[in-house]
Amino acid sequence: MHRADYVIKRVFFALMTVFVAVTINFLLFRALPGSAVANFSRAPHASPELKATLTHEFGLDQPLWKQYVLYLNQLVFHGNMGVSFADNQPVTGELAGKLGNTIGMVTVGTVLAIVIGVITGFVSAWRRSGAVDAVSTNTAIVFYALPTQFIGMMLIFLFAKYLPTAGMRNEVNNFFSGGNTWSSITDVASHMLLPALTLALTLFGEYTLVVRSSMLETLGEDYVLTARAKGLPQRRIVISHALRNAMLPIATLVALSLGFIVAGAILVEIVFSWPGIGQAVYEAVATRDYPMLQGAFLILTLSVVFFNFIADLIYFKLDPRITE
Amino acid sequence: MKAVEPAIAEGTALEAVPSARGNPVIQVLRERRSALLGFFIVAFFIVLAIVGPSLAPYSWTVPSGPVYAPPSAQHLLGTDGSGVDVLSEMMYGGRTSLIVGFAAALVAMIVGGGIGLTAGYTGGGTDVGLMRLTDYFLVIPDLVLMIVIATVFGPSLSHVILVIGLLLWTTTARIVRSQVKSIRERVYVRRARSLGASHRRIVFQHILPQVAPLLIATTVLTIAYAIFDESALAFLGVGVPGVSWGTMLEHAFERTAMTEGAWWAFVPPGLAIGLVVVGCYLMGQAIEDALNPRLRVAHLSIHSWRVRPAGRVVAPAEEPGG
Repeated sequence: MHRADYVIKRVFFALMTVFVAVTINFLLFRALPGSAVANFSRAPHASPELKATLTHEFGLDQPLWKQYVLYLNQLVFHGNMGVSFADNQPVTGELAGKLGNTIGMVTVGTVLAIVIGVITGFVSAWRRSGAVDAVSTNTAIVFYALPTQFIGMMLIFLFAKYLPTAGMRNEVNNFFSGGNTWSSITDVASHMLLPALTLALTLFGEYTLVVRSSMLETLGEDYVLTARAKGLPQRRIVISHALRNAMLPIATLVALSLGFIVAGAILVEIVFSWPGIGQAVYEAVATRDYPMLQGAFLILTLSVVFFNFIADLIYFKLDPRITE
Repeated sequence: MKAVEPAIAEGTALEAVPSARGNPVIQVLRERRSALLGFFIVAFFIVLAIVGPSLAPYSWTVPSGPVYAPPSAQHLLGTDGSGVDVLSEMMYGGRTSLIVGFAAALVAMIVGGGIGLTAGYTGGGTDVGLMRLTDYFLVIPDLVLMIVIATVFGPSLSHVILVIGLLLWTTTARIVRSQVKSIRERVYVRRARSLGASHRRIVFQHILPQVAPLLIATTVLTIAYAIFDESALAFLGVGVPGVSWGTMLEHAFERTAMTEGAWWAFVPPGLAIGLVVVGCYLMGQAIEDALNPRLRVAHLSIHSWRVRPAGRVVAPAEEPGG
């Protein structure tokens, strides 16, 4: 298969997935029996004008298929996802700010997890079957197995005296566009530390295990033997030959998991009241704010599709055999 | 804890390949110590779930002491934020968590096994269609969809089981499918076919027994994800009504056990979930390794990465030779 064909195929798949996700989203909230509560115009405390506008925009008095067409039309051409039941504000605007907060925290957490994972996995593989390996591998498995919310609660228990465990709730939604003064930066950093650390601790285990097994695999390859036969120093063999090649599957793994991390950060955000998408999901569930829930689900699905698409491209770049 | 054999040990891979006779699952448990450890952990919690509620010293719903009383002779694990005995809650809550874990894994096994078997055996258009469907399900963030569905339908035991089970079948389907595809072309299956065996006979007599151990390994791992997902749903308040390890964590969080210093309210359920997950992981991983040494190669294994809801990883949509 040609290179361009592959990319086109992946783009097509990504677009189809988005379409399927949008359709599921529509059906789940509107067509399923007993879930008619999701009707956009049922927002409590909404003025009659707002209700009339919503009814017109989304054709709520029309048959289902027409509602679907209008829903797609509003979503694609106007980015309109309805208004939140909680405060009658447009869902799209609220979620955009929250997405920024989530991405900031997730990025820091993931980078931290990669650093810890690569180092511990690398050391494990290098000193395999020794005491260091046993400690590092077993630690990874333990953190891998503990529930995210439990790790977060443990960190609050241990560090609540020294670091803020919540309180970003009332900050400006998108603090990245806020003032860049030193105090606001340190404030954000101190609030972000525990959630990002929680995310890192829940994630690093799988990176450790994958880096380790991937390293062990490359250490057994012929080119490592060749390098050794050439008399290269051990350090050079391990770092430039084994680790370099071992990074290939890791890069794909990280890209593939990014979308799911954004979605999985829900638990972390709830524990630390981090004002991101996950927190929005939690509040929407608690107040039965269906338009908000629907919008958050859509955005999270889109982010997974997007990162999967990126991962496909990376995978292809690293391993062109995939198209054969 | 003596866990996880070094993945490189070439010799053990050969030893661990099940012989043609004897149940390979039992053989694996006998040969790998980590698998045995996992087996004992899981068995312990199963026994606890069965006999625990009748051994519980106090009620698991009615307060039996002061709020957040520390562990003592009367309350071995202290009391929670409403004065209920934590040990009794643990004993009863384990039952709920394990029921959800096992039942959801069973749902995933039936759906995933069925789809994988159908796709792999029929091939052609059905195969392509079913695998496309699986690809879509793999991409949808399942934790979020679970939350959405559980919210829309309302929380109940059967809803939670169905929601988790119906979203965890994808990996099973893919693994079973690729296995069935290769078994279908083996000589003995072709001979059975040429002798006029019906599809039903070929599938149930010749293919299913070969796939079964792998199916079991996948299902054991699925139990771990299901228990994770149950605790996550409970944490969002859309889980099973009543006491489970997940709701215990949620209650401790809601009543700020962390800042009250009441570690006994959240450490036991958190560790119990972790232990069951480690147990399932060790067992499933060992069975999978033993059955298919090729899976030890990192980038071919789908499972070893896929445990927790946060950062759940899926295999690339188009696996070479998949």
